[in-house]
Amino acid sequence: MASRFDVVPDRENRDTYFLNMGPQHPSTHGVLRLKLHLDGETILSAEPVIGYGHRAHEKMAENRDFLQFLPNPSRVDYISGMIYNIGYCQAIERTMGIEVPERAEYIRIIGNELNRISSHLLWLGTFLLDLGAFTPFLYAFDDREKILDILDSVTGSRLTYCYGRFGGVVMDVDDTFLRNVSDFCTYFKTRFPIYQDLVIDNVIFHERTVGVGIFDQDLVQKYGVSGPALRAMGHASDVRKDEPYGIYDRFEFDIPIQQEGDCFARSLVRMEEMLQSIRIVEQAVKGIPEGPFMAAKVPKRIRPAEGEYYFCVESARGNFGMYIVSDGSDIPFRHKLRTPSFANMATMPDVMRGELLSDAVAILGSIDIVVPEIDR
Amino acid sequence: MPTDFTQLLGGFWLAIGATVALIMAYLCVNAILLIWLERKLSARIQRRVGPTRGPFGLVQQVYDMVKLFSKELITPDQVNRVLYLIAPVMVFAPVMAVCSLFPVSATWIFHDYNVAVVLLLAISGFNILGIFFAGWGSNNKYALLGAVRSVAQNISYEIPLILSIIPIVMMTGTLSLYGIAAAQTTVPFVLLQPIAAIIFIISATAETNRAPFDIPEAESELVAGFHTEYSGMRFGLFFFAEYSNMIIACGLATVLFLGGWKGPYLPGPVWFFIKVYALIILMMWFRWTFPRLRFDQLMKFAWMVLVPVALINLLITTLVLKLV
Repeated sequence: MASRFDVVPDRENRDTYFLNMGPQHPSTHGVLRLKLHLDGETILSAEPVIGYGHRAHEKMAENRDFLQFLPNPSRVDYISGMIYNIGYCQAIERTMGIEVPERAEYIRIIGNELNRISSHLLWLGTFLLDLGAFTPFLYAFDDREKILDILDSVTGSRLTYCYGRFGGVVMDVDDTFLRNVSDFCTYFKTRFPIYQDLVIDNVIFHERTVGVGIFDQDLVQKYGVSGPALRAMGHASDVRKDEPYGIYDRFEFDIPIQQEGDCFARSLVRMEEMLQSIRIVEQAVKGIPEGPFMAAKVPKRIRPAEGEYYFCVESARGNFGMYIVSDGSDIPFRHKLRTPSFANMATMPDVMRGELLSDAVAILGSIDIVVPEIDR
Repeated sequence: MPTDFTQLLGGFWLAIGATVALIMAYLCVNAILLIWLERKLSARIQRRVGPTRGPFGLVQQVYDMVKLFSKELITPDQVNRVLYLIAPVMVFAPVMAVCSLFPVSATWIFHDYNVAVVLLLAISGFNILGIFFAGWGSNNKYALLGAVRSVAQNISYEIPLILSIIPIVMMTGTLSLYGIAAAQTTVPFVLLQPIAAIIFIISATAETNRAPFDIPEAESELVAGFHTEYSGMRFGLFFFAEYSNMIIACGLATVLFLGGWKGPYLPGPVWFFIKVYALIILMMWFRWTFPRLRFDQLMKFAWMVLVPVALINLLITTLVLKLV
């Protein structure tokens, strides 16, 4: 059987050529390199080349104890760092059996979902930039900035949060924060129709995305597609619903699904997810109890019992899993990070085949890759 | 009859020299002004401030010009030197020639050619050649792709463009730009030929490679398209040509559809430039609000929508003119 990277034989024997897209290219979202084999503008084969943003996070984990690794997860995916940071805390809490106070759980939910919205807003901006629309980018960033300010006020950082601690969060939130959050929810609901009317309902946007970059159903199992890309193919798969972590089971929200699996479906799913996140945040702000924000008893040294642990959370891009092999010491024997962009991007050779060069850019944008997250 | 500039200054060559100098000066000022306008306008559309150096940020353009002039002109290895070096000139030169054709007012006109429309289209067609030279000569795949797209796009959109001009020519019975503008005595042709006007402005946007038809230089796909390998003032010439082409497209639209220099109270040239810059602002508005079309969709749009509609419009115009 031919490898999927093989050059597709050209029956008409026309002249074909290779185009090196990246690692320095305006729309490879960082340092991804795509080796494209083109016939005119049609892609005969596409090979993603990764590793330009490799920072050895997994190896770093093997060289330091669990607490020292705490700042790293949010650097893995800096666009939705809060989810990764808190996800890592939750993984350790699960392995160590640490009880997290109610208030901390609520704060975490607010942080996670605000971060998800900010990540999707960044996707919206950059995706449209890939499609050649400049203006929505600045509007999306404007709104994202508000979220960053809110999170900055309590975490002290704008992108690479290190807010979670094993057993809670590092600092309590005050009423100003909660008021800002609920103000943002109200504000965002007035902004959302603008995006919907001017961007998603735009005719040219439809032309560029409908029927472009369709994910086949067999890719799901082949590569482990997850996140909005999977939900755009008709699978109601979301870790927050399937195996609820934290206190997600207490909140009412829907999993948006589309059937087509094209760029347009993925866009709709993400847009709807922002609204659902707003719903969760509103419930969390309403229901947040008073109380401690840090567990009273957290073991001084984190030493999971010998064995293997797996914990996954729903990041803005999909299923983020942490597989920890512990030998009983306070340094993990192996810490594997299963990042959603890596699996989603692995489908590119199959999805891009036969599409046009312009579509390659649209497809890459629509799966919302974060290249350092692929490389880790 | 309009005043003929060729007889105005006593000597033919003197007049030509004066005209060239005037057009050069105007185009330079215009490019600086348009870049400023585009920046300020896009900033306002995007809720930004835009350039702020000097009054209204106008001095920013001077800095940028100094920067462009002082940058090193890099000629990469392996380029086709002749094509590479001639391309920026080829893009810019037709613009200057074409600018001399516009009747800025009833009296401000270089020479009233009786085939000005044909001449204008013929000369402005040359800049495709320049773009293709740039793409081919650069020895860069992105540039080549941009050039191929550009040629296909420009040739395709030339057809609806011309088809939308023909009804006007039929109605006025003249190919002279002065004659066409002068013929719009009561109402501008945009009211009599709305479909042709819309097709013209769409095709003109595509001809000038402006968004949403900026496919030859689609920076999210092709880095910078045909001028990827150009630096310094060579790139500046492409930049100049883009904005000067906008003047030509909008100037032609003004003459054909908006009655040229005609308007109440204000003198002719003022009206002419008001209309031209209003159209340019419209084109800038397009650019900062629409996503980019895909190459095949663009071609499909030209051949499946614009050309048939333009032909039907032409047919109806013919019938109406015959019957009335």
